[in-house]
Amino acid sequence: MSLIIDHIDISFDTVQALRQVDFEVQDGELFGLIGPDGAGKSTLFRIMASLLVPDAGRCLMHGHDVVKDYREVRKIIGYMPGRFSLYMDLSVEENLAFYARVFGTTVEENYDLIRDVYEQIAPFKKRLAGKLSGGMKQKLALSCALIHRPEILILDEPTTGVDAVSRREFWDMLKKIQKEGITIVVSTPYMDEAEMCDRVALIQKGRLLEITDPSVPSRSDGTALFSLRSHKGVYAYLEKVRNLEACMHAWLFGDQLHVTLQSERDADHVKSIIDGWGDSSLEWEKIIPSIEDRFMGLIEQNNI
Amino acid sequence: MKRFFGFVKKEFQHIFRDKRTLLILFGLPIVMIILFGFVVSTEIRDVKVGIWDRSMDQASIRATQKIFSSGYFVPAGYIDHEEEIGELFRSGKARVVVVFEEGFERNLLREDRAAINLIADASDANTAQLSLTYLQGVLMTYFQSMNQDVEVPWSVNMKSRMFYNEEMKGVYMFIPGLMALILVLISALMTSVTIAREKEFGTMELLLASPLKPREIILGKVTPYVLLSFVNAMTIVLLGFLVFDVPVRGSLWLLMLICMLYITLALSLGVLISTNVKTQQMAMFISLLGLMLPSILLSGFIFPIENMPKVLQWFSAIMPPRWFIVIVKNIMLKGTGFAFIWKETLILLGMTIFFILAAVKRFKIRLN
Repeated sequence: MSLIIDHIDISFDTVQALRQVDFEVQDGELFGLIGPDGAGKSTLFRIMASLLVPDAGRCLMHGHDVVKDYREVRKIIGYMPGRFSLYMDLSVEENLAFYARVFGTTVEENYDLIRDVYEQIAPFKKRLAGKLSGGMKQKLALSCALIHRPEILILDEPTTGVDAVSRREFWDMLKKIQKEGITIVVSTPYMDEAEMCDRVALIQKGRLLEITDPSVPSRSDGTALFSLRSHKGVYAYLEKVRNLEACMHAWLFGDQLHVTLQSERDADHVKSIIDGWGDSSLEWEKIIPSIEDRFMGLIEQNNI
Repeated sequence: MKRFFGFVKKEFQHIFRDKRTLLILFGLPIVMIILFGFVVSTEIRDVKVGIWDRSMDQASIRATQKIFSSGYFVPAGYIDHEEEIGELFRSGKARVVVVFEEGFERNLLREDRAAINLIADASDANTAQLSLTYLQGVLMTYFQSMNQDVEVPWSVNMKSRMFYNEEMKGVYMFIPGLMALILVLISALMTSVTIAREKEFGTMELLLASPLKPREIILGKVTPYVLLSFVNAMTIVLLGFLVFDVPVRGSLWLLMLICMLYITLALSLGVLISTNVKTQQMAMFISLLGLMLPSILLSGFIFPIENMPKVLQWFSAIMPPRWFIVIVKNIMLKGTGFAFIWKETLILLGMTIFFILAAVKRFKIRLN
C-alpha cells in the first residue's frame, strides 16, 4: 500500500478542517481528490507532506508515519503545493538545479523522468520563473517535484488557473509519469478531471463523501437524471425547477440544467409542467449520469 | 555538503539579482560613512556665540567683531556673570561662550600675552568640538595679522573647556558606532527579511517538505551574509582610515575576529526574528524598530551612556552594539589588546550562544 490515511481529524482554532478522513491508495495508482474550494484538500495534502500534524489518526507514506518518520517521508515524496512556490527571481534551469541539489541528486541523473515535461519549457530555460505563463509554471513545478524520482507524487491543485489545453496536456503527462511506477495523488476543484484518475475521492467540508472508479458506471438508486436547455438560457428556470415536488436537486451544468428526479415515473408529469411555462425552445431530455453528476448530487445532499 | 553549497549558491543568486538588496548591502555603508563623516560632523553654520567681555577695550571688541564677521557664528548677546553661561547653554540661546580676561588689551600691549577662554556646550559633542576649532582658527588668524606690525609677537593664550561632556566622548565614536549599526542592519535585517520572504512566497513550504535539515536551511541562508557583512566591516575600517584618518592602533586580526563574532550574533538575531514573523514587512518592521533604533539610541553611539537615566542604562546593557562599540573603540583608538576587552567579548559570546540556541529551538520543522 502506497498511502494509508487512517481516520484523520484536524482542526484550526474552531474550524474542523478534516473529520475522520479514511482511505488508502494502491502502489502505482493515479488517485484523485475532488472537492470545492475550502473542502480541506490542501490541508490533507500538507498532512501527507509531513507539514501538518493531525489531531487524531495516522498517515503513512509507504509505511512511514508522517509525524514520527517525517525525515524518511520527506525523502520519498515529491510535493507540489497549491500555490506556485518556486523562486521567481531564479531562472527555469536554476530552479530545477536547486531542487535537484536539495534532494542530493543532479538534473542529469533523473533527466529521463522529466524529459517529457521539461522539454516543453526547455526553450525558456534562461527565463526567470516569475516571467513564465501559468501553464509553463506548472510544468516547471512538476519538473522540480519529480527531479529526485519520488516514490509518491502529491500534487495539490496543479491545474488550477491553467488554460484548458494545458490542463489536458498536464493530465497526459501525469499518465506517463504513472507508467514509471510512481504513485500519484492529485487534487482538483474541476469535476471534469475526475475521469482522468484511476479512482476518485469526493471531499466536501472536511468529509470524504465517496470513493469511486470513474470507469465503472454507478449503480442505479432508482433516481433519474434529465437535462433542460433553452435558447434563452436556463438560469431563470433554476428556482422554478427546484420548487417542483418531484425534483430532488437541480444544478447548472454548463449551459443547461441537470435535474435529478426521485423516479423516472415523474418524468412525464414534469414535462407537462414545463410545457406550460410557454417557452417553446425548452428541451427536456433524459441523460446518463456522468461522474460529475454523481458528485454534484452528493454535494447537494451533503449541503442539506 | 553538496546540498549546503547548493543552498548557498541559490542565496547568492537572490542577493546579486535584487538591486534593492545590493543597494542596501553595499551602498548603505558608504553613504552612511560619507553622511556621518562629512555632512554631520564637519560643517558648522550659524553657531550661537555669547560674549563675556570683562575688559571691553578695543582689542576685545575687534576680536568679537572678527568672530561674527567670519560667517560661522551669530551673536547671542553679552553677559557679565559666570552663572549666566549655564543659563545660556540650558536655554539653548548659545552653544559657545567666549570670555575675554580683564584688561585684555593692556595685557597684550604690556606683556605681549593675553588670555581668552572658550567654553562650549558639549552635550552635542561634535558641534562643540568643531565650533571651538573654528573659533580658534578665526581668532588666531586675526591676531597673527596684527602681529605683522609689532616687534615682539603677541601671544594669545586660548583655553577651551567643554561643559557637560568634558572628556568629549563620542567624537571619535562614529566609526565604531557606525560599524555596530551597519552590521546589525545588514546582518539581522537582511537575514530576517530573506527568511520571511521564503515564508511569504510559499517556498519555505517546499524547503520544509524536502530532506533539508533546519540547520542546513539556517546556515545556507546565513553564510552569504556572513561573508558580505565581513567585507562591509572591513570596508568601513578602510574608509575610516583613508578618508577620516581613524586609526587601527590595536591588532587588526583581533578586530576582525570581534567583527566575526558580532556578525554571527546579529545574524542569529535575524534568524530569531524571522522565526516569529510571517511576512517580509513584519520582519523589516521588527528589525528596524527592535534593533536599529536601540542600537543608535542606547548603545552610546550618539548619546553617552553615562548621561542616560538609570533605567535606560540597564536597557543599554542588553544591547549587543553597546559592548561591540566598547571593544572596537579599545582596539582601534586605544590600541589595547585582548586582556582589556575579554569581559565585553565574553558578554557578546554569551549573547551569541543564547540567540543561536533560541533561533534553532524556535525554527519550526512544520507549518503548524
